[in-house]
Amino acid sequence: MLKYVLQRGALALAVAFTVSLAAFLLLNIATDAAYAIAGEEADPDVIERIRVQYGLDRPLMVRYADWLGGVVRGDFGDSYYWRKPVASLVAERVGTTIKLALSALFVTIIIAIPLGALAALNRNTWVDRSALAVAVAAQAVPNFWLGLIMIILFAVMLPLFPVSGDSTWRHFVMPAFVLGASSVPAVMRLMRTGLIEVMESDYIRTARSKGYRGASLLMRHALRNALLPVVSVLAVQLGQKLGGSVTTENVFAISGLGRLALQSILGADIPTVQLLIFLFALVFVAMNLLADILNAALDPRIRIG
Amino acid sequence: MTDISPSHPATQLGHEKLPPSPGQLARARALKHHGFQIGAAILLSLILVAVFAPFLAPHSPYAQSLPNRLLPPAWEEGGSSTYPLGTDRNGRDYLSRLIYGTRVSITIGLGAATIGLLIGVTLGVLAGYFGGWIDHAVSFVLTAQLALPGLLLAMALVFFIGPSVIVVICIIGVLHWTYFLVVTRSATQHIRSLDFVAAARASGATSRQIIWHEILPNLASKIIVIFTFEVGIAILAEASLSFLGVGIQAPTPSWGLMIAEGKEAMFYRPWLVVLPGIFLFVLVIGANLMGDGVRDITSPGEKS
Repeated sequence: MLKYVLQRGALALAVAFTVSLAAFLLLNIATDAAYAIAGEEADPDVIERIRVQYGLDRPLMVRYADWLGGVVRGDFGDSYYWRKPVASLVAERVGTTIKLALSALFVTIIIAIPLGALAALNRNTWVDRSALAVAVAAQAVPNFWLGLIMIILFAVMLPLFPVSGDSTWRHFVMPAFVLGASSVPAVMRLMRTGLIEVMESDYIRTARSKGYRGASLLMRHALRNALLPVVSVLAVQLGQKLGGSVTTENVFAISGLGRLALQSILGADIPTVQLLIFLFALVFVAMNLLADILNAALDPRIRIG
Repeated sequence: MTDISPSHPATQLGHEKLPPSPGQLARARALKHHGFQIGAAILLSLILVAVFAPFLAPHSPYAQSLPNRLLPPAWEEGGSSTYPLGTDRNGRDYLSRLIYGTRVSITIGLGAATIGLLIGVTLGVLAGYFGGWIDHAVSFVLTAQLALPGLLLAMALVFFIGPSVIVVICIIGVLHWTYFLVVTRSATQHIRSLDFVAAARASGATSRQIIWHEILPNLASKIIVIFTFEVGIAILAEASLSFLGVGIQAPTPSWGLMIAEGKEAMFYRPWLVVLPGIFLFVLVIGANLMGDGVRDITSPGEKS
């Protein structure tokens, strides 16, 4: 098991650094940071001086090695735009985004799991078909638009929640719903197929023959096994919530990492964009690693095979 | 979604009819598949709207009329039949902008999905067919691509390179190929183990001939299914970029951008936000229903 975890962990780190290299090259080829720092109308002399001052005249690979060396020491450079360490910019906002991501995950769980279970237990009935219709519709709704519609309905026409901001828990209700809804189709379908499989398995037949019925059959035997694959997918979905936070935070004016991402892109603030991409990729691989380890811990065939 | 078991007329005694061909079976299933029909109808009509936009739109999507700014739709008080769906903050006819927006979304959806298809299918077939170190390398690239925060990178690259329709198509396409790769890789691994591939190899076919004549034709229906889904995904990605201000730029009528522009007036003119979203929703659901339908029709009993 330890060997398996170490192998997976090494691969995850390799992937995260590959992503950081790809992002570093792409971002720096796409734009000239010296122009961004100097401003639109700076004359060539000033731009040239800035290029040397910030070390932007060196080859790309040298600059990446420099960035990587900084990362190892915990130094992610200074923001061109805010003129302070990128790490502190992120540290100020990360808590808000984690709060949003976790509450969104909670929304996904309380909608998708009961819905998936209901669909599976009422297979090929109108319940099942409407649950699938919800999934098809939810996949086609633009996330940011759903957020605006929620604001029109539940903040303006029916003033239940604040329009935007992040100061109280009530500010998080609509954003969490919007961000959480985006994962509902995937998790719901998985829950449905998982439970259908379990309900048709031999051990459920055995439990039935022993007289287990209804709720006790479901709770004691079926649900527990159907939830196993769902749990590992939820870990992956939590990682994807970070990426999803970009649109949601901007719709609801929540000052988290998603908002920082848009602001730093609009300000051509490459060090901040670079750290955010690295951070999101790191969380993604960490969540996948967690899912792999959960799977292996629960299913010995994986870690041996 | 619905399981349709094929009938077997040939097994009935006294009948000498041949069993239906796969094409006939697929057509029979298509005639019974409501999701497929609805999806195809939506896609076809919106493609027609995009093609014939100049004939359908009552006004130019760019013509501004400052006295007629922010008019409500015709059915609301203060609306006029000259502007059936009202006007935006620059006094441009909203219906005409929505109609031309179909062009932007469909162009970007098809363009980006085509780029994704080329990258994903190439890598998937190579990895699945040759295996070995190629497969390992492709798998690593796939894992790295999956870990990339796609929307964030797309936002940065499109905005830094300079937002235009072409740049948006290329960047979204280059970042959306993993689904093609995963499916074609495993399907290729399966097909290359089948007898007819061995037969082709025994009769002296080269790898290139086997890939073009044996493997790719058998992947076609799977590729079409993914392509249809990816069109929808690319359309939503473009809408998000444009909504955030880092995609299609004004005055081009992109639905995502129109939602962003309408946002400022949404408290007293909610239609400005509601309408483009409905168009986006209908187009994407059309693509998804069609994808689901093609999958059910070409490979019944299989679910992704």
